[in-house]
Order: sequence, then C-alpha cells, then structure tokens
Amino acid sequence: MKTDNQKAWFLVLPVLILVAFSAVIPLMTVVNYSVQDTFGNNQFFWAGLAWFEDMLGSERMWNALGRQIVFSGIILAIEVPLGIFVALNMPKKGFWASFCLVLMSLPLLIPWNVVGTIWQIFGRVDIGLLGYTLDSLGIDYNYTQGFYAAWATVITMDVWHWTSLVALLAYAGLQSIPDAYYQAAKIDQASRWAVFRYIELPKMRGVLTIAILLRFMDSFKIYTEPFVLTGGGPGNATTFLSIDLVKMALGQFDLGPAAAFSLMYFLVIMVISYVFYIVMTNLDKEEGGK
Amino acid sequence: MTDQTAAAPGASSLPGDITADDANTKLKRGSRFNGSAVVMTLYLLFLLVPIYWLVNMSLKTNTEILGGFSLWPQDLTLENYETILTDPSWYMGYVNSMIYVIMNTVISITVALPAAYAFSRYNFMGDKHLFFWLLTNRMAPPAVFALPFFQLYSSVGLFDTHIAVALAHCLFNVPLAVWILEGFMRGVPKEIDETAYIDGFSFPRFFLKIFMPLISSGIGVAAFFCFMFSWVELLLSRTLTSVDAKPIAATMTRTIGAAGIDWGVLAAAGVLTILPGALVIYFVRNYIAKGFALGRV
Repeated sequence: MKTDNQKAWFLVLPVLILVAFSAVIPLMTVVNYSVQDTFGNNQFFWAGLAWFEDMLGSERMWNALGRQIVFSGIILAIEVPLGIFVALNMPKKGFWASFCLVLMSLPLLIPWNVVGTIWQIFGRVDIGLLGYTLDSLGIDYNYTQGFYAAWATVITMDVWHWTSLVALLAYAGLQSIPDAYYQAAKIDQASRWAVFRYIELPKMRGVLTIAILLRFMDSFKIYTEPFVLTGGGPGNATTFLSIDLVKMALGQFDLGPAAAFSLMYFLVIMVISYVFYIVMTNLDKEEGGK
Repeated sequence: MTDQTAAAPGASSLPGDITADDANTKLKRGSRFNGSAVVMTLYLLFLLVPIYWLVNMSLKTNTEILGGFSLWPQDLTLENYETILTDPSWYMGYVNSMIYVIMNTVISITVALPAAYAFSRYNFMGDKHLFFWLLTNRMAPPAVFALPFFQLYSSVGLFDTHIAVALAHCLFNVPLAVWILEGFMRGVPKEIDETAYIDGFSFPRFFLKIFMPLISSGIGVAAFFCFMFSWVELLLSRTLTSVDAKPIAATMTRTIGAAGIDWGVLAAAGVLTILPGALVIYFVRNYIAKGFALGRV
C-alpha cells in the first residue's frame, strides 16, 4: 500500500516546472487573447466574453464540431471491433508473433504528414493503386472532389493508421490470461463465443478502456493527416476542429475568436476524457482489490 | 474448413461444439494453417500495400510515374534517393529531426522517472489532481498551442532551435512517460525499496543502482514512445522552426513546386522517414504490446 509522504512533491517538482513552462504559460496566452480585441499595432482592448458568445453562435464552429464527432464516432466503431478481431487472430508466441508485432507497429511510427502523403499517392486516380483500381472498376472516385470519396479515404486512412494500436493493446490483454482459464472453458465445453464473452472480453476491459481513451483523444485532435490528404476539402467536408482552428489562428490571424474556440475545444476534450479517466481509475481499483 | 471458420471469433453463430474447442487449442499452439493465418495475412496486406506503393513510387522516375501505370518499377532508379542524400538542405532535415527527438526523449525520461516513482509509491497532497492535470496535457490539441508556443519561444530567443521543439514536445511526452513508467513501477514490490533503505542505501543510490535496472524494460518502452510521438509530430515542429532546425516533415513540402509535385522525391523522402521507426520497433518488439498498454497488464 502507498504511504503518505509530502516530500514526494520534490520528486514531482521537475515535471511540474517543465510542464508549467510548456503548458501553463501558453495556455494563459490563449486565455489572454480570448478576452481581448485588437486593431493591430499590438494594442489590445478588453472584450469580455464577446468572443465566446460569438463562437457559440457561429455556425462554422458547430459544423466543425459535428463533423469531428461523426468522424471520431465512425473510427471508434470500426477500429475497436476490428482491433479486437485482429488481436484474437494473432499468433501467441514465437517468430510469427514478433513478425506480426513489428509489421503491425509500422504505420504507428510513420510521421503523420507522410501518412497523409502515402494515402494521397495511393488514392490518386492517375498514379495510385487504390484510385486506379476503383476507377477501372467504373467507380467514380476522386477524394479531392467527391464528398463521400473524401470521407471514405480519410476514414480508411485512420483505420489503416491506428487499428494496430487497438490490436496491440487487446493483444497485451489477451496475453495476460492464464492458460487455466481456457482449460476450464474446454472442460465446460464452452463455445468459442462464450470463451470470448466471459473470459477474454472481461480480461481485456482495462486495456480496451485505454485504447478507447487514446483513440478518442487523438482522433479528436487530428490535424496533419486530413490536412495533407484533402486540405479540409472538398469545400469544408473534412474540415475538422483542429484544421478549422489553425485556419483561423495562423491563416486569418483572428486571434480573439481562435483563442475562444481553442479554450472551448480543450474543455470538450477534457470533460470527455475526465469521464474516461474516472472509469479507468475505478477499473484499476477493482483489479487491485482482487 | 470448419476449423478455419470456427477459429475466427466473428463466427459466433457456430454451435459451441468440439470443433470450436479444437480450433482454440490449435490457435494456442500457434498452428499457422488455419483461419487466423488468413485473417492476419489479409490485415498485414492491408497495412503493407500502401507502404509498398510508396516504395514503388520512390524507385521510379517522374516520367515513368506520370507516363503509365505499373505495379512495379519498369526502369528501376535510385535517382530520387540520390537527390535527397546529396543535398544538405534535404538531409539536414533528418539530422534536425533526430536531434530534437533524442533531446526530447532524454529530457522526458529524466524528469518523468522521479515523478513516476512518487506517484507509484506515495500519497501526497493533490496527487490525483496533479496526475489528471498532467494527463490533460496529453489530451491538449497541438493546434491550440501552436501560436502561443511560437510567441513564447520567440520572446525567449529560442525560435528555430532544436531545444525549442524538444521542450514543446514535452507537453505530450512527459505526461505519457509518467503514465507508462508509473504502470511499470507499480509492478515492482514495495518491499524491495524498504529492504534497500534498511541496508543503508541512500535514495539516489537505491534509485540508480537497484530500482532503475528493475524497470529497465519500462524505461525502454517509455523512451520508445517518446521517440515515436516526437518523430511523428509535424504541426508544432513546423511552427517553431524556419531554417536551422527545420524538421524533415516540413522539408517535404518543398517537393510541391510551380511545376507540380515531384512525386518520386516526395515518395523517397517518405520512405526514408519510415526507416528510423522500423529500426526502433525491432529493438523493443517484445515489449511493444505491454508498452501500448502503458505497463498496465
């Protein structure tokens, strides 16, 4: 059991200072901008909560938020079941297990803009295998023009990029199940489905929570991959929250609205993640209690 | 054939009979000639074909890429790689990326080690709040921080230096490192600490000589993740640099010129960014799964 010790603060201090420098100061800058207005020349005026009201009434932000939620929902609905399915089929040990692990991790270590580039090339009708094949099959596919083609490509790209993360986590969970559980199930003549439902799934609950938490957070702040692939287009079809924000802050230099937008964006992620976190710590407790 | 389908968990409609059990045992023995092998082959193909296509493009000349469609290079050329490896403005991109990634990994692990120890061993005032606050930084969208970072590092004169990017990436890597290391440290029994103190070890000596070797796999995994997330990030590293510390990811945008996109060089540059990751994975392959579970298995 843990002991009470206030001196532990000294051990945490370096992290505190470092993160304060790289998180608190910038965040205060954002707060600062969100309540001020400027007419250039570095002159700022108090604007109160006007920007927040502005953004809450802005259709643009709600649309981006809507697209973001749909996107995160779809990729979670695909990646989590697919990841579990792949994990169940992975070799348990030996050469082939390492072989699969290494190849599966590969997409995770590719710089995000290169992920965009890979799919940009792969999906092109003239030079890409995917685009060319679909085109020769007579399917009208063009991810820079068509709404559905753009969405399908962005989602396939994310599934390609991140399903392995879910699979690896689920695999780690499966590895921790003692053989005795399977033997007991065999004696009881349990069906494959029953083994999955009553042994494997409960044992994977902890790691799956982490997987969903990580995938949710990361998909909610996705920027680089769709930016390289579609640039947020066609029109605004794939303009997710981060893309919209960068457009506003660095493109149009609307600091006030962008800052207000940022804070609300951050708040949404924090609230949802806090719920996940509570669930996760409760899981940890339950497992510790056994 | 029954075995093959039964091994796949999706085939839940199958009656729970002996065949299902057999398939399960076979699966555990690591038999490769069943449905699992088919599923894995298909999945790995799905992962590798787009990467193969990039490699394929990188080995073609631009005339060949745009001239016709072929599944493999007809006229194999290393010209694209030559362009990159002989031009300092290209290959310095890789050097710059490596420098800030390594700096970031060292900084993150160094500060995260004592903090993770504190979280895994002691209760102290506000520990839970602090831990969650750290996690919120892992959740923070880089887009929110891009502009403030730019202003902060410009005002302290660190703009366009490697250390600026390394420090900026600490925003999400330090919380992650603390999270992973805490998970691994929790697995080390507390009795070891107590025995060492009774034996007269001071805290720093105990930590370096006894504790760190015990969690060396955890340190390796945490370092791998810091490396990975710093290596793949583009938005912050691009915003914080212009010339001297420009990362390879930003250099790649050069291939888009007035005359269109230089596909061959773009693909070759992409392939070269995959290599460091592939090398690092090989070294930590046995710990990857546990690492992705943040040490919590």
